[in-house]
This record gives sequence, structure tokens and C-alpha cells, in this order.
Amino acid sequence: MSKQRAAVIGVGQTHYRAKRPDVSMPGLLREAIDRALEDAGMTFADIDAVVVGKAPDLFEGVMMPELFLAESIGAVGKPLLRVHTAGSVGGSTAIVAASLVQSGVHKRVLTVAYEKQSESNAMWALSVPVPFTMPVHAGAGGYFAPHVRAYIRRSGAPSEVGAMVAAKDRQNALRNPYAHLHNEGTTVETVLASQMLWDPVRYDETCPSSDGACAMVIAAEDVVETRGVEAPAWIHGQVMRSEPLAYSERDQVNPRAGRDAAAYLWKQVGITDPLEEIDCAEIYVPFSWFEPMWMENLGFAAEGEGWKLTERGVTALDGSLPVNMSGGVLSSNPIGASGMIRFAEAALQVRGRAGEHQVDGARRALGHAYGGGSQFFAMWVVGSEKPTN
Amino acid sequence: MRDVSVVGFAQRQMREFDGSPNCVELLVPVLGELWEQTGWSKTDIGFWCSGSSDYLAGRSFSFVTAIDALGAVPPISESHVEMDAAWALYEAWLKIQTGEADSALVYGFGKSSASPLRRTLALQLDPYTVTPLWPDTVSIAALQARLGLDQGAWDEKALAEVAARSRSAAVDNEYAIRKGATSVDDVLAQPLFADPLRRWDCAPVTDGAAGMIIAATDAPLFDRVRERSAAITGFAHHTDASSLGLRDLLRAPSAAAAAQAAGVSDGAAIDVAELHAPFSHQELILRRELGLGDDTEINPSGGALAANPMFSAGLVRIGEAAARVWSGRARTALAHATSGPALQQNLVCVLEGAS
Repeated sequence: MSKQRAAVIGVGQTHYRAKRPDVSMPGLLREAIDRALEDAGMTFADIDAVVVGKAPDLFEGVMMPELFLAESIGAVGKPLLRVHTAGSVGGSTAIVAASLVQSGVHKRVLTVAYEKQSESNAMWALSVPVPFTMPVHAGAGGYFAPHVRAYIRRSGAPSEVGAMVAAKDRQNALRNPYAHLHNEGTTVETVLASQMLWDPVRYDETCPSSDGACAMVIAAEDVVETRGVEAPAWIHGQVMRSEPLAYSERDQVNPRAGRDAAAYLWKQVGITDPLEEIDCAEIYVPFSWFEPMWMENLGFAAEGEGWKLTERGVTALDGSLPVNMSGGVLSSNPIGASGMIRFAEAALQVRGRAGEHQVDGARRALGHAYGGGSQFFAMWVVGSEKPTN
Repeated sequence: MRDVSVVGFAQRQMREFDGSPNCVELLVPVLGELWEQTGWSKTDIGFWCSGSSDYLAGRSFSFVTAIDALGAVPPISESHVEMDAAWALYEAWLKIQTGEADSALVYGFGKSSASPLRRTLALQLDPYTVTPLWPDTVSIAALQARLGLDQGAWDEKALAEVAARSRSAAVDNEYAIRKGATSVDDVLAQPLFADPLRRWDCAPVTDGAAGMIIAATDAPLFDRVRERSAAITGFAHHTDASSLGLRDLLRAPSAAAAAQAAGVSDGAAIDVAELHAPFSHQELILRRELGLGDDTEINPSGGALAANPMFSAGLVRIGEAAARVWSGRARTALAHATSGPALQQNLVCVLEGAS
């Protein structure tokens, strides 16, 4: 039995904000879900199953919140799955939802990922002391800053490359009405002038903490055809790879799990030169320097060369491989949803529905997410044409 | 659908696990037992999936450390559900159906003894209107049992029969933590714990871990399986509403829907059923919803009343059902898992022996 073709036919997002005290968790999810269903031209009655993703339950203080959310997200009387794979969860959730269709079990699946960080304290939730495990008291920035330093030393990248990424993503965010940060006038100079938080990561090179949700409707090929869906985003390939947090000779700057995942994905989709064959990419960049780091990890650039793509403007909105057209994680970060937003933005691009941040003629796009201590990777490639594999 | 079989199962259940909440120390021997049973190694596994809960472990990302038990390199194709590992098995089964993997190793773990479990589980309820009242799991179950008594759905003796049968059956289960030859009168002589429930009507707080290997029968590696396999012929799960005031607590429509979707028809010949019923009266609800007749043997392992390791107890039911198929005691076995307050979410997996 071979894999059934599946496509994204609906995307919905909330406006990402620091705090959404005006809505409960069910209200937040419904904003994204209702928009996704409307985009797909469907109602809850059309949906066969629901897949929910979010990062740690301690972020909101509710154990397995999908249980109490079941009614408001239309899951009653249907199968309901809850995925949690650390920061990559939004991507993994989309992949699990896709597999419900690709396996032939269901035809129309609703998937939603969210975080309502304002209802708890993420810094606290990440800092519970665990015996025999390195503490993360300084939050994620403190954990990742040494990896960035190692990258700069290894690659010899000029010190302003991080600021170039941040300025680009924050400018892109101005074109995205859903983005959390709309910081007019952000330039390389203003980023460089911002407060140093975790050397070499400055305040303006850091993701915000957001409330928000993102939802998608994924449908089987025959549903796409019988409904005459105008612009489906066909799923061409997907992958998940994991490795432990610590082991001898582990490379946290260019982790093997990410390299293996990308290699598998390109092979699955039939891509030999990703820089040439991928039209645009939404990749998980919570701290500016992760753009050049992941460009290498993904195989868009040789090791030590990723920063040159940023410096040359290749990853700019008008470059040959635009990266994070939506403004990326640097401009909106409801953690559990951040991966799904990357996957959904890739889908919007190939559907030609990305509005002001649309890349002209995008036919094949990458969605990417990572989590844990650069250990968990989830990626997919979506395209405007049906996959041939 | 692609034919998939259960080819390995291992478990550990105990009152109190003297180790870290991520249970790595417990998972290592479980995995070792799986390799021994199948003769396989890490490289034979195409997909890995686990089930666990951060709240049970009292920390974020508890599953992240658990993958330390799997070995370092190469990186693996892996996922995790914040659910009982029975649902992790479902995700793994899907993965095999897509053709992306031929085999999968699934595991679940949880140290329930690390916190007052019944109170921790109150955090599963609506955080705005219900959790602030802290209705704990046992009290909710007692309300459900009382409703059934008042409406004549069952009587005290029926509950005692379930408890007595479970304790007696568990005598043969080396992993059961509550067991002993028990009569209905023995149960009725026990004091009430949460009126109308007695302690023996409620699953014991249990620490534990379990692992399972499944494989597609059309894959070349399946030929290397050592003799025993149990074919998965039906697999489905469904959800009801969470709100206790919005549903009939004497019913579990999601259990009936899961059984139907798994291809279980009323009066189907099921030799053995392993039901995940953490309270006596919930077994009575499930037997009705799943359409199980008197000729089906219920919970030969002792079920959840004998041991109920959170986040692996559902997978244990599937493993116990598979073990009955492997031994030839059952030709067809039904396994069930539940999650959420008062049987909110239910999963059914049907296993059959090779004909």
C-alpha cells in the first residue's frame, strides 16, 4: 500500500500578541480554527479527526488541555490526538495530521497548535531543576548563546550577520498583519544598538513571547478534486528526526539529526540542489544567528558558508531564496504553534495566498521546526503541483 | 490497510519506582527485553513513539530525557504524544500505514507516586471553572458510581464482583501490585473509601513503563520475527466531551464509536478483552458500550484494578491481549485504553492470531 496524496486546503491564524486577556484558551483556538475552516470552505461537520499540538503543559498550567478543549475545537465524537515534541511540536503535529490522511484512514483532518504563554510563566516552566540535567535557568537564550558563539568562531562570520537577519525578519513582519512585532524602522544599526542579553545575542535578535494559535485543514486527493479546491498546497515530503540532548562528540551547532532529516527530505522529494530547487523557506529561527546555522544544517550552504547567503541578500524577500517571509519566529513566537506557523506559511506561499509577503511564483516551499536542545527536527516540503513521487 | 502485527511486549509495574520521574532506568531493561524477544536491534526499528506526561514528572519536556534510553546515534525518526502510550501505538501504526516505516517501537512511562495523583489529575479539567474547585479523580468516579446506583444501572454487588474477579485473576500476573484470591463477600466487608467505592474498586497508584514492537507483515524484516505475532485487525479511538455536566456519565459513546470504527460488531466473537477501567463501575460501562457478551473473558491480567501505571496502562492492556493471542488462549482479543476524566477518551485495538 502506498502513501495517499494529501494537501493543505485551509490555513487560519490568530493575530499574535504578548497577551490575549480578551479570550480564553478555547476562544484563542477558535479564532485560528474558524479561519482555517472558512478558508477550506468547511464546517466542523466536514472534519473526520482533530490533531492538537502544543509545547509543555506547564506553559499554561493545564494537564493535557486538549481534553477540556475537546468541545470547543469540534473534537467530540471524533478521534483526537495530542502531540508534544518540544519546540518542533507545531511541525510534528502537522506531520501527524498529514499521516492520518496519507495512511488512508481519514479524508479531512483539522490540526491546530497553540500557546497562551501569558497564562503562566514560560521562564519558570523551563527552569524546574532536574537532577543530573544541565539547568536552563537563563531560559532558552542562555542555553543557545554558546552555540552561536561557537558558530561565529568556526565560520569566521562577520559579527553583524545576526543583526542583518533580525533587521530583515522584522522588516518582513511589517508586511504580515498577524505578526506580533511590528517594529517600524528596524535596521542593522538599531539592532546592533539594542541591549546585549546573552552575548552575542542582543534584545532585537531574540524572539518575543506570544499568545497565539495556528490551524490547518489537510485533505485527501479525492476531496481536493471533488471540491474543486483552487489552490491546494500539496505535501511533497515530510520528516522527523531526534537525537539525545547530550552524548560524546555531539555537535550542537550543526546537529546530525537536522542534517540527516534534511538529507532524507531532499531525497524523498527528489531535490538534488535545494538552493536552486526550493523557492522560499520558513525556518525556525528564534535567535537571529540560527538562520545561517540552519542554512548549513539544511544543506542550502556548505559548512561555514551559511552566513554568506544572509550577507549577500539571498535570504531577503527579494533574494533568490527568501527565508522567513512572514517575519519568522523572531517576530511571533507562541512556542507550541511556532512550528505549525512555519509549515502553514510555506503552504500559503505555494497557494499564492501570502498577501504582502508573497514570493512571486513560489512553487515549492520548505517548512522547518526544531526543538529541545537542537535535538528534535520536523520539516516538510509543500508544492503548488501534485507530487510525482 | 497494511497488515501490522504485535511482535514484542515488555512491562514493569510497581508501587513505587525508586528512580527519576523520566524512568530512563526503567526503560532500559524494558527495551532490553524487547530486543531479546524479537532478536532485533535499534537499526531494525523504523519509527519510535512514546506517551508520557510532563505534569506527572513535575517538569517540562520529561520525554526529552527519556530518549536517552534509546541510544545516541544515528538520530531516529521519533515522535511523542502527551497521552497514554496506546495512542503512541496508534501514531506508530499510522506511520507504518503510510509506508514511511515498516516497524515501530512504542513506549510509555510514568511515576504516579511522585505526587498526589488524584489531585494532580484535577489539572485535566476546565482550568477556568472546574479545576479551581479541585474535584479529584476518585471523587469524580465516586459521583459516577453513585449515579449508577441511584438509577439502577448497577448495584453494590456488581461492583464487588468486578473487584473480586480482578484481584483473583491478578494472582497469576507477576506485575500486578494488588492481588489475592478474593470473594464478593471479602470485597463487601471492606470499608468505604469514597462512598460508594471501596479501595479495591479504585485502581492503585502505580509506577511503571511498558514497551511494544509492531511490524508490517509484508516487510522483509518480519521474516526474522521469532514465531509469535498478533495481527492488529482493528484500531480506532474517539473522544467525548470533557464537561461532566454535559454528558450522561453512565455512558461512554466514544468507547462504542471506537469499537465500531475498529470493526467490532455487536456479538462479535471476542475471546478475551483487556479493558482499561480504573474503577469497578467503569468496567460495567465499557462492557455495555463495547457490546461484550458473557462468553468473553474480561481482564485475565487483573486489569487496571490490579495495577494502573499512568501513561502506559493502556499499552499494557494491548500487550496483555497480545500475550493471550501469542499463547493461543485467545484467537481474537480486544484491548481498550482510556484517558481523561470519567472515561472521556477511549481507544480500541483488536488483535487476532494467525489462522
